[in-house]
Amino acid sequence: MISPDFSPLAALIGGALIGLSAVLLLGLKGRVAGVSTIVARLLPPYQDDELPGRVAFVVGLIAAPLLAGLAGYWPQPTITGNSMILVISGLLVGFGTVWGYGCTSGHGVCGLSMLSVRSIVATGVFMATAMVTVFVVRHLAGG
Amino acid sequence: MTVLLQFAIGLLFGSGLVLSGMSNPAKVLNFLDLGGIPGGTWDPSLAFVMAGAVTVAFIGFRLVLRRAAPILDDRFHLSDRRGIDSRLILGPAIFGIGWGLVGFCPGPAVTSLGFGSPRGLLFVAAMLVGMGLARWLWLRGWSPRPA
Repeated sequence: MISPDFSPLAALIGGALIGLSAVLLLGLKGRVAGVSTIVARLLPPYQDDELPGRVAFVVGLIAAPLLAGLAGYWPQPTITGNSMILVISGLLVGFGTVWGYGCTSGHGVCGLSMLSVRSIVATGVFMATAMVTVFVVRHLAGG
Repeated sequence: MTVLLQFAIGLLFGSGLVLSGMSNPAKVLNFLDLGGIPGGTWDPSLAFVMAGAVTVAFIGFRLVLRRAAPILDDRFHLSDRRGIDSRLILGPAIFGIGWGLVGFCPGPAVTSLGFGSPRGLLFVAAMLVGMGLARWLWLRGWSPRPA
């Protein structure tokens, strides 16, 4: 039934760190920890003077694997799909998250925690289309 | 100083993604694949990541929002949008299709750059193009409300 890779304790602890990060960003800067919004606003036009903080947050994300590496943990990601699939997927994720006002972190973590009806709807929609896509790719298209 | 704090907050967020396994899109796809339940490949970890994150944020946000303002800013920058509009359905629907193809959403994709993955870099480059396009259409007035 369930994969031997299932790791509930690491998932709960890692999730708690993500939640703590979101609480700190809201408590200190009053900002929602939505990665798609933060990343999209690295691009011009700039509508406020928060660019250095956004760059710092993104550099922090990129530095996380290096920190893990220093601690002797280096879980290299397994990225499937050819280059064409990667580009199409990246375009859809980039366009869809900005068009839909947020992603897994902004809607999924922060929005749900604020009991936002908009975020609950958005999260339900992207979970559903993602699951349908995986089902089609893996079980119908013979991938 | 504030910038250093924001670096630390990003580092904490990314560490959560790495520790929980969510920086690996293969693990995310094994969560999204409900068809893998009969064959024993379904991995419910992502649901536990969400549970851990939402539990901490649900309590923490309530404590934080009791304050009149955040510690380092004069106000909370929260969305004032209400109700459901077409973009709130169409955007997440498109995002989900992209997410299901590779297993990357924005946080893990950006974090994967720290592993030095060229394939992650290709994904992030395409994602930035998609974001730029959506933002450009948005600012050009293709949707009723400005960014």
